[in-house]
Amino acid sequence: MDGDYQKQKLVLVGNGMAGVRTLEELLKIAPDLYDITVFGAEPHANYNRILLSPVLAGEQTIEQIMLNQVEWYAENGITLHLNKTIVKIDRVRRQVIAADGTVAPYDRLLLATGSNPFILPVPGKDLQGVLSYRDIADTHGMIDAAAVYKHAVVIGGGLLGLEAANGLKLRGMDVTVVHINPWLMERQLDKVAAKMLQKSLEERGLKFLLEAQTAELIGNEQGRVKAVRFKDGSEVPADLVVMAVGIRPNTALAQLAGLRCSERPGGILVNDTMQTYDPRIYAVGECVNHRGSAYGLVAPLFEMARVCATHLAQFGIGMYAGSVTSTKLKVTGIDLFSAGDFTGGADTEEITLSDPIGGVYKKLVIRDDKLIGACLYGDTVDGAWYFQLLREGKSITEIRDHLMFGEDHLGDTGHQGQSKALTMADDAEVCGCNGVAKGTICKAIKDKGLFTLDDVRKHTKASSSCGSCTGLVEQLLMFVAGGDYSAAPTSKPMCGCTDHTHQDARDAIRKEHLTTIPDVMRYLAWRTPNGCASCRPALNYYLISTWPKEAKDDPQSRFINERAHANIQKDGTYSVIPRMWGGETNASELRRIADVVDKYKIPTVKVTGGQRIDLLGVKKEDLKSVWTELDMPSGHAYAKALRTVKTCVGSEWCRFGTQNSTLMGQQLERDLWRMYSPHKVKIAVSGCPRNCAESGIKDVGVIGVDSGWEIYVGGNGGIKTEVAEFFVKAKTHEEVLEYSGAFLQLYREEGWYLERTVHYIARVGLDHVKKLVLEDAANRAALYERLQFAMQDEPDPWHQPEKALVDERQFVPVATL
Amino acid sequence: MSADWIEVCGVDDVPVLGSRVVERKAGGNIAIFRNQADVVFALLDRCPHKGGPLSQGIVFGERVACPLHNWSIGLVDGVAALPDEGCTKTFTVKVDGGRVYLDAHEVYAGGGTSAPDVPTNALAA
Repeated sequence: MDGDYQKQKLVLVGNGMAGVRTLEELLKIAPDLYDITVFGAEPHANYNRILLSPVLAGEQTIEQIMLNQVEWYAENGITLHLNKTIVKIDRVRRQVIAADGTVAPYDRLLLATGSNPFILPVPGKDLQGVLSYRDIADTHGMIDAAAVYKHAVVIGGGLLGLEAANGLKLRGMDVTVVHINPWLMERQLDKVAAKMLQKSLEERGLKFLLEAQTAELIGNEQGRVKAVRFKDGSEVPADLVVMAVGIRPNTALAQLAGLRCSERPGGILVNDTMQTYDPRIYAVGECVNHRGSAYGLVAPLFEMARVCATHLAQFGIGMYAGSVTSTKLKVTGIDLFSAGDFTGGADTEEITLSDPIGGVYKKLVIRDDKLIGACLYGDTVDGAWYFQLLREGKSITEIRDHLMFGEDHLGDTGHQGQSKALTMADDAEVCGCNGVAKGTICKAIKDKGLFTLDDVRKHTKASSSCGSCTGLVEQLLMFVAGGDYSAAPTSKPMCGCTDHTHQDARDAIRKEHLTTIPDVMRYLAWRTPNGCASCRPALNYYLISTWPKEAKDDPQSRFINERAHANIQKDGTYSVIPRMWGGETNASELRRIADVVDKYKIPTVKVTGGQRIDLLGVKKEDLKSVWTELDMPSGHAYAKALRTVKTCVGSEWCRFGTQNSTLMGQQLERDLWRMYSPHKVKIAVSGCPRNCAESGIKDVGVIGVDSGWEIYVGGNGGIKTEVAEFFVKAKTHEEVLEYSGAFLQLYREEGWYLERTVHYIARVGLDHVKKLVLEDAANRAALYERLQFAMQDEPDPWHQPEKALVDERQFVPVATL
Repeated sequence: MSADWIEVCGVDDVPVLGSRVVERKAGGNIAIFRNQADVVFALLDRCPHKGGPLSQGIVFGERVACPLHNWSIGLVDGVAALPDEGCTKTFTVKVDGGRVYLDAHEVYAGGGTSAPDVPTNALAA
C-alpha cells in the first residue's frame, strides 16, 4: 500500500456521460478522496450524446451540447488523457495501459466504456461512405456527406435510425429508411402508432422500405458505396449508408481482463453497488449488465452514477435496483412517447384512443388496476404523468374513467390547467411562486446541462415552492435535455444528507426505538454532522410522534415559527392568532384584543379564513406580553398541528340547521388542539348538507345530516383544490370524536413530514385507512387512546413556555451596543 | 489595525445550533451563532436575498438556513450556497474563557467585513 498521506488513485476509462457524471457526484460528496485520471478515446471533452440528433438536424451546435469543457477537469485536479484508448487492464499490478503505451496505476478503476454500434456483417460494410451513428465523428461524417452527396440510406428504423434519417433529410439528402420489421420502432411502438409515425415522416419526404433484408453494399471504382442490394435482388442508390441497427455494450476490455460479462443482452456484470467481478473495478453506463438488463438511456445511467459515487466515497449505502425507462423521439414536430410494457398480454387490459385524421393515438396498458405501459403519438403532453403513475405502481381504479384524458381532467379546479408546456411562449410564466418563465428554465437546462427536476429547482427555483408546476417543468426537461429524461426515482432520499427515505427513517425510529436526532443520524449513517434545515425538522417530528413523553422535543430542529410560536413575516415581525373555539368569540376577548392592538401598536388586524383574528406586525420582543395580555390559548396558526375548526352556526340559530355544528366543532377542537402532525390539519363542521363551513375541502370535514354526521377526509383547499372523500357515517358526537381522532392518529404515525392528509391517503390508499380505522374497532380504539396519551398534559406554549421548552432568551437581545 | 474587543455575552448564552441577536444602534443587528462543535460565529442579521433575519434560521454544520426563503448562508464567510448568489457581512469573533467578543472597529464602523477579504473569522475557544 501507498503511504497514509498519499491519496488513493481512481482511474476512469471512458469519458462519456455516465463516467463523468459519476465523477461529478463523487466530487460533490468526497472532493479530496482520490487522485483522478480520465482516459477518453475521442478527442473531445464530455458532451451530451443524446443531443447529437439536434446537431445533425442543424438545430444545435457541438459547442451547445458540451457538458464539461477541458477546463473543468483542470479545475477539479483531474488528469485528462484524450485520444487515448485503453487496451489492457493489468489487474495484478493494478494498472491500465493505453494504445500509445501510457500507463496509469489505480486503487479503484471505473469502467464506462459505453457501447458500440452493431455493424451488419454484409459484403461492402467497409466501403467508404458507410457510417454508424454514435459519436461526434460520425455526426460530422454525415454532415460532410450531406453537403456533397444526394442519396442516403439509413439501415434501421429504430429511434436512432429515424433521427439520423430526419437530420439527413433536413440537410437536403434524399433519404430511404430500410427496416427489417413490418413496422418502425417496434421496441417502442405498437403497429398503429408506428404506421401513423411513418405516414407523418413520409409527408416530410422520407421513404421507407419495410421488411427489407440488406444483402450487400455495392461500391464504385473509387471504393465508395453507390447502392444497397436486398435479398430479393432489388437495389436502391446510396452515396451514404448509415447503419443504425442497434448497439452492443462495449465489453472487450473487460473481457480481456477476465471480468465476467453477459452474453445476452451483453454487458459487464455488476452488483447493486456497481462493482464488477473484481471489487476494485466498478462499471457504469451502457457497458454494464445489471440484473439481466442493459440500459441505453440517460436516466438509469445517472442513477447508476449516483450509487457508484456513494460507494466510491466509502459511504456504501446507495443501492441500484434497476430502472423503468421511457422513450421519446427527438424529431422536431413529431410527438411520440412510450414507456413500460405497451404491447400487453393475456392478463392485461388496454384502453385506446385513435384519431387517425387528427393524428392522435394513445394506448394505455393496465394490469391488476395498475398502469404498466403507455404509447402516445401526436399528443404526448401527459407522458410525464403516465410515466409517474407507471413507476409509482399506484392503483388507478378511482381515476380510470378519466385516465385517457390526462392529468388536467382529474380535478376541476386548481393550478394545473395549462399543461401544454411546449406550446407556451418563452416569456410565459411556468412557476407562479417564484416567477420563472419558460425561457429561463429552458436556457438553464441547456446552458448548465441540467438533467433532473432537482437540478432545475436548485438553479432556477422553478417548481421549488408549491410544486404545482412540476409537471410542466418535467415536460420542459424531456424536451430540452433529451428525449428519455425520466423523473426522480420513486424512492426519494429525504435530502442531500442521506440516501434514506422518509419511510426508512420512520421505520428505523420505531424498530430500533431511537429517541434522539443524533441516534437516528448515527444509526442511518447520515453524511452530515447535524443534518440540514430540511431533515432535522422531519426527524424531530418523527421522534416525538413515535415516542411521545419519551423522545424530547428539540426546538433548534424546528422551523422558526414553531420555535417562536408565531408566524414570521417578510419584514421579520410576527403574526399572532389566538384560538377561538369553533370560531366563536365574545365581548371580553374582543376587548382584550383591542387593548393589545392599541398598546403594542399592532399595524394590521385581519379576520382569517379559519374564523379567527390575526394580529400582524408584532415585534418579537413583544410576543410574550401580547400572549399574556390576550389571555387566550395559542391558535397554533404557526405550526404543523391542528389549526382551526371552522363551523357554521348550526341548529342553535339557523332555520335550516339539523345538528349543533358549533358545539361539535368546539368539542373536536378541544379534543385535538396542541396536536402536532406531519403537516397542518384543518377541520370544519357544517350543521346541514348546505355545508356553509366548507367541510368538503378540509383534512377532516364533518357534515350534519338528520340522522347524525357524515365524516369526510383528505380534502384540501390549497395549491390544488382536492375534494374530501367520504369516510364514514357517525351517529353521536362521541363517535365523531373517535373516528376523527383515530384517523388523525394514523396520519400522525404513518404520514411523512410535510405530507398533507390528501397526499398521505393517495400514497397509502383510502382502503388501507378504512381497514385500520373503520373495519377494526379494536384498532380504532387503540389509535384514539394513543392520541389521548400523546396529548395528555401537552402544554400551551403561550402560557406554559417552560413546560413547552420555549427558549425565552430568544425574545430579548443578548446585548445592545 | 489592532482589534479592540467588546465583550457581548457568554458562549452559554447562545443555544447550541442556535443564535442570539446583538442589537446595534446603526448598521443593523448582528446575529451570534453557536454550532454543535461550540464554534461561535457572527454575521450581519440580514440575508443577502430579501433581508430575512438569519438569527431566526435553523443552524446546521457551518451554515444557517434563512427563515424566509431557505437560502443557505455560510457562517464562516457569509456566502450563500450555490446556485444562489449573494453574501452577507461577517464579523470577527474572539472566544476567551467562555466569553464572546466582537471587534469594536467592525461593530461601530457600522460595517463588518465582506467575506472574500477575510479567510476565516471564526476562532474556536
